[in-house]
Amino acid sequence: MDWLTPLEIEALGLSLRVALASVAGSLPFGLAVAWLLARRSFPGKSLVDGIIHLPLVVPPVVVGYLLLVALGRRGPVGGWLYDSFGISIAFTWKGAAVAAAVMAFPLMVRAMRLSLESVDRRLEAAARTLGAGRVKVFLTITLPLMAPGVLAGTVLAFARALGEFGATITFVSNIPGETRTLPIALYTLTQTPDGEAAAARLAVISVLLALAAIVASEWIARRMARRLEGRS
Amino acid sequence: MIEVDVRRKLGDFTLQASFKTPPGGITALFGRSGAGKTSLINLLAGLDRPDEGRIAVDGIVLFDSEAGIDMPSDKRRLGYVFQEGRLFPHMSVRRNLAYGMKGDGSGADFDEIVELLDIGNLLDRGPRDLSGGEKQRVAIGRALLASPSLLLMDEPLATLDMGRKAEILPFIERLRDELATPIVYVSHAMEEIVRLADTLVIMSDGKIAAVGPVEELMSRLDLRPLTGRYEAGAVLTVTVQGHDVKRAITRLAFDGMTLLVPYADIPVGEELRIRIRARDVSLALSAPADISILNIFPGQILEISDRKDGQVDVIVDAGAKIWARVTRMAVQRLGLEPGKQVHALVKAVAIDRQSLGRRNASHLRGDNNII
Repeated sequence: MDWLTPLEIEALGLSLRVALASVAGSLPFGLAVAWLLARRSFPGKSLVDGIIHLPLVVPPVVVGYLLLVALGRRGPVGGWLYDSFGISIAFTWKGAAVAAAVMAFPLMVRAMRLSLESVDRRLEAAARTLGAGRVKVFLTITLPLMAPGVLAGTVLAFARALGEFGATITFVSNIPGETRTLPIALYTLTQTPDGEAAAARLAVISVLLALAAIVASEWIARRMARRLEGRS
Repeated sequence: MIEVDVRRKLGDFTLQASFKTPPGGITALFGRSGAGKTSLINLLAGLDRPDEGRIAVDGIVLFDSEAGIDMPSDKRRLGYVFQEGRLFPHMSVRRNLAYGMKGDGSGADFDEIVELLDIGNLLDRGPRDLSGGEKQRVAIGRALLASPSLLLMDEPLATLDMGRKAEILPFIERLRDELATPIVYVSHAMEEIVRLADTLVIMSDGKIAAVGPVEELMSRLDLRPLTGRYEAGAVLTVTVQGHDVKRAITRLAFDGMTLLVPYADIPVGEELRIRIRARDVSLALSAPADISILNIFPGQILEISDRKDGQVDVIVDAGAKIWARVTRMAVQRLGLEPGKQVHALVKAVAIDRQSLGRRNASHLRGDNNII
């Protein structure tokens, strides 16, 4: 990989790690929330829906600030995590993953919820009459049928996490090798004298990475659609 | 044996059903669209819950609001064949079939069911590549392979055209005759019911209007408004007595009488369910001699009912009840009235292959008096 500079490799690797961790960590929550919103009615549902969508409309800096307040070592949650488990999130790559996950969460939930709502519940009822309990029905019928939506939500969230900037820099700052992801590295270079050429290279890498993610997801989605159409 | 006594309010519609059926065989649930047939079997299957009441199948209580019993649908062991098949689109036919099978190999035999329904060549296909009739056969197989104690079939032929219906009906007859699985068959097509069912449950506006053996209910004039557009006629269970190949005639025996019909390739001794349409039966005061009609049954008029359209339904007891539809003018001219001796004339060719349904369910006979 001698066509990438050490700085670029570091930023790229960190970005991938942060994005993967954020998506992997939020996937089960995304599924659970999508299921709650699509299948359950409970008091305060629209409020929950609104709160989940907030990161789409609130300035990212605000989200980063709120995370810092809550998850910082003196914050209510962060302090408890640090005192009980010695875990520190603020100013680490884990914090960057949390910030990316929160920012990407609405996109993930939205795609999953739409696909869950389109799953034919009569098929689930049919599976129940065949002796399948709720868990088996979810794993063998619901989840496979909503798989395209799960994939779409995951890819969207992954792409969003790769590009996360505002909340990340506010929450975990700009620490080389720890929290300096691709967008933050690019931003740093634009602030540095003679950094234009290196910034341009990072911009190209970012574009290529996003493109690769989209092409890969399209390919998987096509294969999935073929399977779902029953031509396995 | 199915025991139902339930109440369920669905918007403006109230389903209030209470009935018992004899064990085994096919119980048909008949009624017009909106009579509550599907709502009722959804309650049986546990896909919906009664507001109050009790449901038991073969003595096992599935639901009892007083005792607080509500068995989840996956524990009820009731197979359900839906009107639209509901095959899982993301699985091959083979995986669809195997979905409800027990892991330990107990229960229904895969190869046996596949052969019974003749779906062996479809196993590796996806549901999208199946015709409507093939889909329903796979759906039936899938339900059977879950080893149900009772099979619920919700208008399994309703979405099929005539040709596909004729393709599936023999398979359902085979289920009845070769497997011991009792069936609840929902339909608004009286042709299918007459051909398949032993017991008939007639529903109307969410209530049970009548329960009893098919032959009996079909000869009741008072149920005519409910049995609806179906062509009225007598339903008889007959035995193939013999063939006269030279003259292309098959002899059918019922209640000590012989009915001649066009030759049908059915083994002697086989039991059939036939239907004699009321409009194919003429009445005469004396037995006519020079006439092409082969079947002449002397009997006594039991019941006469005027219809709104000026036609008259006449039930003649000729050993079995035979139903004739004649004009009001004919009634007046012949002076027909209950108790009068007449001859019922039935054209042999009026009984076509379509109205012959195979009966082989010897294990059922004699059980009907349980109702």
